Order: sequence, then C-alpha cells, then structure tokens
Amino acid sequence: MLNLRLNKVSLGYGKRTVLYDISLEARPGEMLGIIGPNGSGKSTLIRGMTGLLQPISGQIFLDGKDIVNLNRQDLARLMAVVPQNPVLPELFTAFEVVLMGRTPHLGLLRYEGEDDLFIVQKAMEATQTLDLAERRVGELSGGERQRLTIARALAQKPKVILMDEPTANLDINYQIETLNLARHLCHRQELIVVTTLHDLNLAAQYCDRLVMLSNGKVYSHGSPNMVINSRTIKEVYGAEVYVYPHPVNELPATLIISDKEGNKPSRKTS
Amino acid sequence: MYKNEIQGDKDFLRMALELLKNMTLPRTTTIYPMQWRGRVYAIVGLVLLLGAILVVTLAIGSTHISFSTLWHVLLSKIPFVQIEPTWSGSIETIIFDIRLPRLLLAGLVGAALAVAGTTYQGLFRNPLADPYLIGVAQGAALGAVIGFLLPISWQAGSVPLLAFGGAILAVAIVYFIARVGKTLPMTTLILAGVALGAFLAAITSYLMIASGDKLHGIISWLLGTFSLTSWWQVTMVLPYIVVGAIIIWLHARPLNVMQLDEEQAQQLGINVEQVKLILLGAATLITAAAVCFCGIIGFVGIIIPHTVRLVWGPDHRFLLPLATFAGAIFLILADTTARTALAPTEIPVGIITAFLGAPFFLYLLRQKKRAIF
Repeated sequence: MLNLRLNKVSLGYGKRTVLYDISLEARPGEMLGIIGPNGSGKSTLIRGMTGLLQPISGQIFLDGKDIVNLNRQDLARLMAVVPQNPVLPELFTAFEVVLMGRTPHLGLLRYEGEDDLFIVQKAMEATQTLDLAERRVGELSGGERQRLTIARALAQKPKVILMDEPTANLDINYQIETLNLARHLCHRQELIVVTTLHDLNLAAQYCDRLVMLSNGKVYSHGSPNMVINSRTIKEVYGAEVYVYPHPVNELPATLIISDKEGNKPSRKTS
Repeated sequence: MYKNEIQGDKDFLRMALELLKNMTLPRTTTIYPMQWRGRVYAIVGLVLLLGAILVVTLAIGSTHISFSTLWHVLLSKIPFVQIEPTWSGSIETIIFDIRLPRLLLAGLVGAALAVAGTTYQGLFRNPLADPYLIGVAQGAALGAVIGFLLPISWQAGSVPLLAFGGAILAVAIVYFIARVGKTLPMTTLILAGVALGAFLAAITSYLMIASGDKLHGIISWLLGTFSLTSWWQVTMVLPYIVVGAIIIWLHARPLNVMQLDEEQAQQLGINVEQVKLILLGAATLITAAAVCFCGIIGFVGIIIPHTVRLVWGPDHRFLLPLATFAGAIFLILADTTARTALAPTEIPVGIITAFLGAPFFLYLLRQKKRAIF
C-alpha cells in the first residue's frame, strides 16, 4: 500500500532549524491532521513533504522511494499541494487555472484532450466552482480562490494531497464541504490526505489522526481524543479552554472561555 | 481510475485544424474551446494580414511602383510562369534587393522584440518588463558605440558583431551576479540588470560625448533604423530569431504555469530553474540578434505583448504566436512610415514606434478599464 513516511526529518531555513527529528507516517484511508500554534512549523512540515524544502537530516519516503530522487513531474503526478495563500494570475480564467492541474500529465507538445477537460470539469463540480469557470481569477474572493486551488489539486489526479490550512478563508459551509470532500477522497478513493488546520474543532471532527507540533517537535500524536484536551491545549497553545465530548459523536469539542466577570475558567476537563 | 496516460495525442496543430474544420466540439467543452477557436482564427488572421501587408508595402516607397507591375513582377518569379517583362530591371532590383530584405528584417525584428518582451513579462511576472530590462540594450549600445569609434579599416561589420557580443555578454554577467547556488531569484536578476545597465550606459554616454563627428551615426543607430538593409543581414538574423521563437513557443505551457508562483509551478511538475534558463537564453539571443543590425528599437517589446494580452487574453500558447505576428506587422508598418513620411529623409524607426504606438496603446488602455496584467 502506498504510504508517505517521514524518518527523523529535520527541516529549516538557512541556519535556522524549525522542525527536529519528525517521524510520522501517512496512509490512505486515514486523514492526518497537523495542528499546533502559530510558528510551530506546520507549514514547514507540509513544505518538507512536497520536496521543495530539502531536509537538513532524515528522509521522506513516498511509496518507499526517497522523494529527493523523484523528478518534479513524476512527483506532481503522485502528489498535489493546496498552498495556503497561493498567488494566482489575475487575468486567467478560473477554468484555465484548474486546467493547469493537468500539467504533470502533459508533455511539452501535448495539448489538453477531451479527457483532461472532463477531469477538470469533475474537479470543478466537486469543489462547487464550475459556475466560476469563465470568471477571471482577479475578480474572485479569497474563499473562491481557495476552492479553485483545491479543484486544481483534484485535477492533478494525485494519490497524495497535502493541504495547508485549506479552510482558512472559507465560511462555515465551505469549511464543512471542503473537509467532507477531503474525507471522501481519503476514505472512498484511498488517497493519502495530510492537512494542517488551526481550528481544533475542525481537526477533531474530520481527521482520523492528529499530530500536535510544539516548538518544532511532535508534542503528541494519535486519535483526536488522545491529542486534544484542555491540558495539552494549555501547555502547547498557552490558552485556557474547555474541552468536552461532542454531544453527537464524542469527539473532543473545544470551547473558548472569555475572561469576562463571572466567567472564571473552571478546572473541569474532559 | 488514475489514468495518467491520456488517450488521443492531440497536439496543437491537430486541435487547430479540427477547430477550423468547424467540427462538433467535444462533449465536455461547453466553456473553454469556444475561446480557443476565436484565438486560433486570430492567429490565422494575423498571418494572412502579415502576408498582405508584406505585398502592399513592397509597392510603397520613393519610387512609385503600381500594384499591377508589382503583381506581374512577383508572378514572373514563380517557376514555369512565363511573363514578358514590361518593366525595367531597376524595378526588379528595388523590389527584390532593396525593399524586400528591408521589410523582412523589420518583420523579423518586430517579431523578435514582441516575443522576447512577452517572455520577459511572463518570466518576471511584471508588466513593465521589456526585452531590454536586464542589460541587452545597454550591452548592445556599448558594443555598437565601440564599433563606431574603431578606426575605419577595422569597421567592416564590427558594429553588429560588437553589438551582438555586448548584448550577450551583459546578460551573461547579470546572470552570474544574480545566481544564488542553484537558483536564480528573479528580483535579484532585474536589479542586477538595471544596475549593470546604468553602468554600461554611463560608459556609452561618455564615449558618445567624446565621439566628435561620429555622433550623428551613433544616435541614429541607437534610435533604430532599417536603412541599408540587404539580404545578408536577413540571412544572418533569421536563424537566431526563428530558432529562438520556436523554443519560446514550445515553453508556452510552463510559462503559463509559472504565472502562479515558482513554488506552485514546481508542485505542478515544472522544472522551474531549467525553464527560466532556457527562456532567458532564448529571449536574450533573439533580442541580441534583433538589435545588432538595426539598433535599439524601443516600445515594440512592451506595447505589442500588452495589446495582444488585452485583446486575446493571457494564455501564452496563444499570446506568444499572436504577439510574434503582431510585432512583425507593427514594425513593418512603422518602418514603412519611417521611410515614406518625410521622404527622401528617413526618420529613425524607433521614433515612429513610440510616436504612433504610444497613443494607440493609451487609447486601448482607456477602452478596457479592467486590470491588464
């Protein structure tokens, strides 16, 4: 079975090391979430997995092969990335941008065929962007652009999707739609899906397994119920929260507590 | 389910032919290929227009040649067509040895500057980029001025040779200064180009002041001119421009993808550093070839790409060929104006491109009130 495995990977920029000795494995059918406070290295970890940031030490294996040895086109056929704040060319239409997702499957001289157009249409339907197809990207909102990059990733027909804060610009309806789609791809279509999320409730609801990063190291790793509780949130994020089992599915639900009068943080935890 | 190999190898030409034959469009193509069709027609239209303009401008000039004479002269050159010459031999000389090479060179240079400008704008993702941004013009100018100042006995052919060499050398220096390890940061490249350009321009200006009675020749070269064009110049320049333009056209898709940012382009499987190197090399080579005989003709490399982008959109697979042919048409018309407007005096063509091109471009900007890049 295809897997994405990190073996004691350290990542950094120049002389500054951001992540130390990260070991983890992502498998199809199990959605992996990466959580952690700002600056804890979530995005760096995703960049490392894309192969664009060379590890200082350690290896990243995709399907048993070190990704350093894969060329970019082969890698792009296997792996799609949804970046956090992508630059998109304003004059191109939404359709043209999604069509760029077919690039790794086309040679220099190959023109997009009927199949490519069909795949793009399906990807746009899945992300509810088809009605934006002829609009210029410059006219679209942040959320629409985000869904467009997800559509582009789907058009790549990858086996691995890495997402960096895919819900950051989305309102609640599209947050749910997007993560439902990611879960569907992961569970039904046997894709490896790795996503960073800053919203702990979304992470708990949608991910099967969570990695919590703190100061460049894995703080805890396991099911949402193991990773998210008021003690870990206090220690890693430095925030007082109230965590209790979700009334519908028992997954950890995080409630914030304001420090208004009469709202003294209770020590009660899940 | 994961069909990596797409069936039906549809290359561009076949797609174009299919669209032209007005065949029914594929089932899923409700949105996009309608625009394809328009742009394929546009390419064909520009090629036909270019041919027509070539023929018409052959007849225009200080020696009046009627279209019927021109037509007969052209026909008589087709093998096995027997036409009794009713014209003097000098007419034939004017058409084939004076006007035709000049028109062809103007067309080639216009095409080269337009396609190089499009490439630079795409590579740098910057609407202000033109073919001269990273030192080509200043390098060529310095080389040419040195050529003008050489002793007469050395001068044969030295101006174009030194201009070509200067252009290539300037860009090579900029490239090696800007290179960081295995990568080439585009902002550093632009800054290095601007700085080296200023340095070279300073030397050029000094040499010009010191050049005495050669100043007039230098200034007309710098403004760009096609007077004194003959066939050997066309044949010298042709291979560079044709090969360079073809290399650039072939990289239209990577150039499109690089309009995202470099990181996304890599994630989509583009070898960004390699594409940058190829495109910079090809664009520099054709620009150097374009300027070496006829001087620094401004404005074509910036106005034509933007005009084409305004009318037909930003997809480089159409933008590059459209800009190529539009550039050729534009410079042929500009040069025809340059040699006829104040005949027998020639105006440097660089003055015409800016004088006629700028108002037209400003008009276009007013017409389309949306973002243009």
